[in-house]
Parts: sequence; C-alpha cells; structure tokens
Amino acid sequence: MGVIYVGPKDDYGYNQAHAEAAKALKAMSGVEVTEEERVPETNAVEKTMESMINLDGATLLLPTSFGYYNPYLLSEAKKNPKIQFRHCGGLWTDKDPKNAGSYFGYIAQGQYLNGITAAYASKSKKIGFVAAKPIPQVLNNINAFLLGAQSVDPNITCQVIFTGEWSLAVKEAEATNALIDGGADVVTCHVDSPKVVVETAARRGAFVCGYHVDQSPLAPQKYLTGAEWNWLPIYKSFAEAMLAGKVPEHFVRGGLSDGYVKMSPYGPGVSDAARKNADAVKAEMLKGGFQIIKGPLKDNAGKEILPSGKAYAEKAVELESTNYLVSGVKGSV
Amino acid sequence: MVADAAPSQLAAAPSRAPVGLQIRAWLARRAESIAIPVAAALAGFALFGLFLACLGKSPFQLIDIVYRGGFGSSFALGNSLQRAAPLLFAALCVALPARLGLVVIGGEGAIILGGIAAAAAAQPLASLPAALAIPLMACAAAVVGAVWIGAVGWLQAYRGVNATISSLLLSYIAIAISNHLIEGPLRDPTSLNKPSTLPIGDAFMLSPMPWIGVHWGLGCGVVACIVAYVLMDRTTLGFAARIAGGNVRAAQIQGLPVGRLIVGFTALGGAFAALAGFFEVVAVQGTANGTLAAGYGYTGILVAFLGRQNPLAIVPVAVLLGGIEASSGLIQRRMQLPDATVLVFEGLLFLVVLLSETLYGRFKIFSPHLWAEKRETASASAVSVAA
Repeated sequence: MGVIYVGPKDDYGYNQAHAEAAKALKAMSGVEVTEEERVPETNAVEKTMESMINLDGATLLLPTSFGYYNPYLLSEAKKNPKIQFRHCGGLWTDKDPKNAGSYFGYIAQGQYLNGITAAYASKSKKIGFVAAKPIPQVLNNINAFLLGAQSVDPNITCQVIFTGEWSLAVKEAEATNALIDGGADVVTCHVDSPKVVVETAARRGAFVCGYHVDQSPLAPQKYLTGAEWNWLPIYKSFAEAMLAGKVPEHFVRGGLSDGYVKMSPYGPGVSDAARKNADAVKAEMLKGGFQIIKGPLKDNAGKEILPSGKAYAEKAVELESTNYLVSGVKGSV
Repeated sequence: MVADAAPSQLAAAPSRAPVGLQIRAWLARRAESIAIPVAAALAGFALFGLFLACLGKSPFQLIDIVYRGGFGSSFALGNSLQRAAPLLFAALCVALPARLGLVVIGGEGAIILGGIAAAAAAQPLASLPAALAIPLMACAAAVVGAVWIGAVGWLQAYRGVNATISSLLLSYIAIAISNHLIEGPLRDPTSLNKPSTLPIGDAFMLSPMPWIGVHWGLGCGVVACIVAYVLMDRTTLGFAARIAGGNVRAAQIQGLPVGRLIVGFTALGGAFAALAGFFEVVAVQGTANGTLAAGYGYTGILVAFLGRQNPLAIVPVAVLLGGIEASSGLIQRRMQLPDATVLVFEGLLFLVVLLSETLYGRFKIFSPHLWAEKRETASASAVSVAA
C-alpha cells in the first residue's frame, strides 16, 4: 500500500494527518506501507505511483493531494487496471475508472464547533480566518466558522485573508498579524500547515482554533480546540477489503458521526458555558444531518443564498461547489 | 562570476605556433572545462556521502539507489528524462543571459506565464487543425516569455536595474498574475477545488515521443540547447554577446550594440523558458493551473551553473539532475530519509560547483601556454641534438 504526500509528513497539518493514519496502519498484520513525501502535483506523481507499483509491489495507492487526481491518477488507473487507487478529496463518479475512487471528510462541522468556542473566547467580537485559496472546500470552512460563532452571538464578524498558496509561511504570518492588528482576537485557518498561524497568533496573545491535526502543543495556553481529520477508519476499511480480496469502497464521505472528523481536546481558554454549548451541538452532529447552511441566508454582498425553510445538510452536493462567503464575513472570493 | 573568459583567452592563445601545438593547447583548455566540473560533482557526491555517514546511512547504498532509481532500467531512465525535459528550457533561460554577464534567476515566472499563454491561446484557435494551432500556442507562449525576461534585460541595460533582483521579483508578480487569471477571467467554472483554465482539448494534446515514452518537451529541449550552442559559440552574434559579457566597455568601444544584445538574449532565454510551460500544458496537464509553479525555474538555475552556462553541457547535467530527483522517491522509501535529503544533496553540489569557479586557470597542467611551450622546448632540444 503506497501513500503519497504533497508536503512533509511532519507539517503539523494536512500531510501529518494522513501520515499518522499510515503509521498506525503499519501495525496491522499483512499490511506493508510505503510512503513518499513532497511529491509535486506534476507528472512526477505519475512516476511515483509507477515506481511504487513496479519497485515496491504496491497494490493500493493513496495519493492524498487534491491536484493528483486529474489527470495523473486517472491516467495511471487506466494504465494499471489491477491496482486500486483511492484519492483524497476528488469527486469520483461511476464514469471514472472502476479501480479508482475517492474519500473525504465533512470537516466544516469541526470548523462550526471551532466557531462556537471562538465566540465565547472573543471580547472584540471579531474573529479571523487565514485561508489558502478561494475554493469550495475552503469557503465552506470559513462560512462554517463564522456561522458557528454567530449561533452564539449574531453580531460577530469574521475577517478572511487569502494567501493564494497552500503553503506560504511568510504570508501566513503576515496575514495572522494583519488580522490581529485589525482587532481579531480569535484566529483559525485553512492552509496546509497551520503551525505558523497557531504560533504567530499565540505569540500575539490571541486565541487560536486548530485545523487538520491537534496543534495544542504549539500553543498550550491559547489553543481553544481544533477540527481534525481522522483517516484511520477509512484506511483500515480499505486495507481490510484488500486483505479479504475485495474491492475497497469507491466513494467514501463522512463527518463526525462516521469518525472521519474529530475535535481536539478543549484548551484552558474554553469556558464552561462554551464547552456545554459546543458539546450539545456536537451531540446533534453525531446524530447526522446537521444543517450548517440554513435559510434565510445571504452572502456578504447581500445576495440571497437560501430562502427560509431550506437548508443544506453535510452531505448536500451543493456544498461541493460553494462560491460565496456568508453575510458577516469580511473579504471577497 | 559566470562570464566565460573564452574570447580573451582565444586572443592570447599562441597564434603563431604550428597547428599540432594549437590543437594541444585547445585540448588542454577543453580538458580543464570538463575536469573541473566533473571533479566538483564528485566532490559534491563525496561531501554528501559524508553527510549520510553522519546520519548513520551507507553512502554506497545511495549510489546504488541513484543508479537504480534514475538510470538502471528503462522505467528509471524514462523517469529521469521526463524530469529533465523542463529543466533543459529552464536552464537555457539562465545560461543565455549569463554569457552576457547577467544572472537571471526568474525563469520560473516565464514558465508559468508561458503555460497560461498557451492554454489561453487554445480557446480562440479551437477551430484550427492541431498541426497549425499547436505551433501557434507555442508562439504565444514564447512571445509572453520573451517579453517577460526581455523586460529584465531592458531594465538592466537601459535603467541599470540589477537583473538578478528584478527577475526574481518579477517571478512573484508572474505567480500573482497567473493566480488571478486562473481563479478569475480564465477559470473553467467546473474546476471546483483545483482552479484551472478551460481544457485545451484532447485534439491539441501532444502524444509522447516514440520508443522512449517521454513527451516532446525532451526532444525540443535538446534541439533548443543545440540551437543555443550554435548561436552562442558559432555565430558573430554570439561572439559579440560573449564580448559584451566579458567586458562591457571594450564591447562599447568596438561599437557593439550592448543594450540590444542584452535585451535580445534575455528575451530568447525567456522564450525558451516559456516553452517549458507550453509543454507542461500541451503534453502533460491539458490545462494551465497552479501546478505550473513546480519549481522547474529554480532547479534550472542549478542545471545552468553545473553546466557552466554552456548550452551543450546543460543536456547531460539536466539528465543527471533529473535522475537524482527521480531517485528521491527511492531514497525516501528505501533509506527512510526525508525528502529534504535530496535538497541537501543539490545544495552541496551547487556550493561545490560555485567554489570550483575560482579554480579555473590555477592548475598549470591545463595551461595552453605550458603545452605549447613544452613542445617548443622539446622540439628545440630535438633540433639541437640533431645538429
């Protein structure tokens, strides 16, 4: 089984979340894991896949970065019909090769819970978000973070700054500082490695919510909670299917209730009231079907997104093509 | 630090010596320009071996892995050649201006914009046959790249702006422009989580070269290197450029159009770099997107310096570097080392080669005079003995 990462395995972020699951899999008997990090989203990843198949004998490949899917994974899947490919984040449909597939988690739920704890911790009623690129997955997180906060206090606003790249430490630090200079006192992010944002925010005395993995060791006093991936159940089910000689599932999606997303333990800055509220919402989410995007809702340019009475639950396909920021978010797509 | 001193040495070569001695002197000079880079590369390998030994890993395993991962089988060789292809173009963008004394390190910007231009040109050309449209897309890329890096040359020649700094800063601007275009006006609305331009369509995609299975960027890259070599070393234009690179004042006194030479050769370098982006689009991705900024432009700097700015030397060096990058996966998987190990390796190579620049002319054995004189004294003594 081969796992491919776009960044370093110890990035306190996206890649580490996958690497932790891969590490846990190595303990499974009958499973051999081969890993390669910092593989760019170019035809280099095709060669990495071929090399894992030809030289390491991998039969299941897990390329974890979004840009690996089209055209690289699809072309390798056609070339190697006996090898199984499962991709993180892609939208596999039954028109794609039968030996391919995709998996992802509804992590916006975690950002909603982040927003609830942020609302209780914020005194200025301004919160901030450092975002990589204005794409649906990121926009959903920004919207969920603010809507979670507004579920506590409707007057809260959220400033967002896009850095334009998945990993750009200097700009992430600048953005964090700019958010705090602008009055934000709780910050979260969606970049590949939240390390810089977490450390910068804590150094400036702001609270911070994590993303991807538990970053509390980086800011033990200022870390409220965090939205984390938990890929192990998915990887385990793939490995078990392969060992049993079956084809792993083609399309896997799930959130808190499926165990694909989890929350970091609460930090010391989370009040009892915040804990109680967040735990209650989390219990609702665990039942499934929790609606974050709920009408009446307008975007931050005043255009209606949903009329009252309509809502999107976590599985709604509409959320895969989000192109708006909800009212109360300062910033533009 | 990069100016090729060939013209002045040529002038100083013993012109009155017999032909046989001239050849010997020429061979001595050539031997120097091959022996020193090879020795530097070997020293880089040795230093890296020492680094590995400090980490408790076997340097010999590294050699084995670089061989197996980069060159040992047809798959490995194809892997190396595929990675070498964009480096050929990227390195030319450094090597051509370098012969004029300019250190241009912003080829990345031309690669990115070249790719965008090629993808953008595909849409209005959609009704044309591929045999016509693909060359036009290449032209669109080359023009954009030529303007981008040509501007660096213009700023240097006519406004005194340091080309190293302006080219680097311009590459950040290029990334920003490309992000804007890909996420804005040129975005394919169906490219949700990976913003890209509209696909150029399968009809406009280049199939791989026969037999070796690597895309045409490799073949065209090699041709580009040969063309650049002939232009630089076998034409009066290239000779004028090298004089301007060796000594600007002397070139001006000779009446050479130094400014136009600088703009022309930087523009040509930019056009070559843009072709790397063009091939990324028409041979690999089928669209232009953020992954055009894959760092080829920066690895190209390393290739050009390792090849001492000689367009012909770029070809083997690019393949060597491609092989090292191709084996980086195996280094990770077999030696349990992080990917950064390969960066350490490339960094060490770069440093040693830069250091070796100071060694030219220090070894008597390579001196053309020595060889010419030796023979002269030898033949003189032979004459006296006969007498």
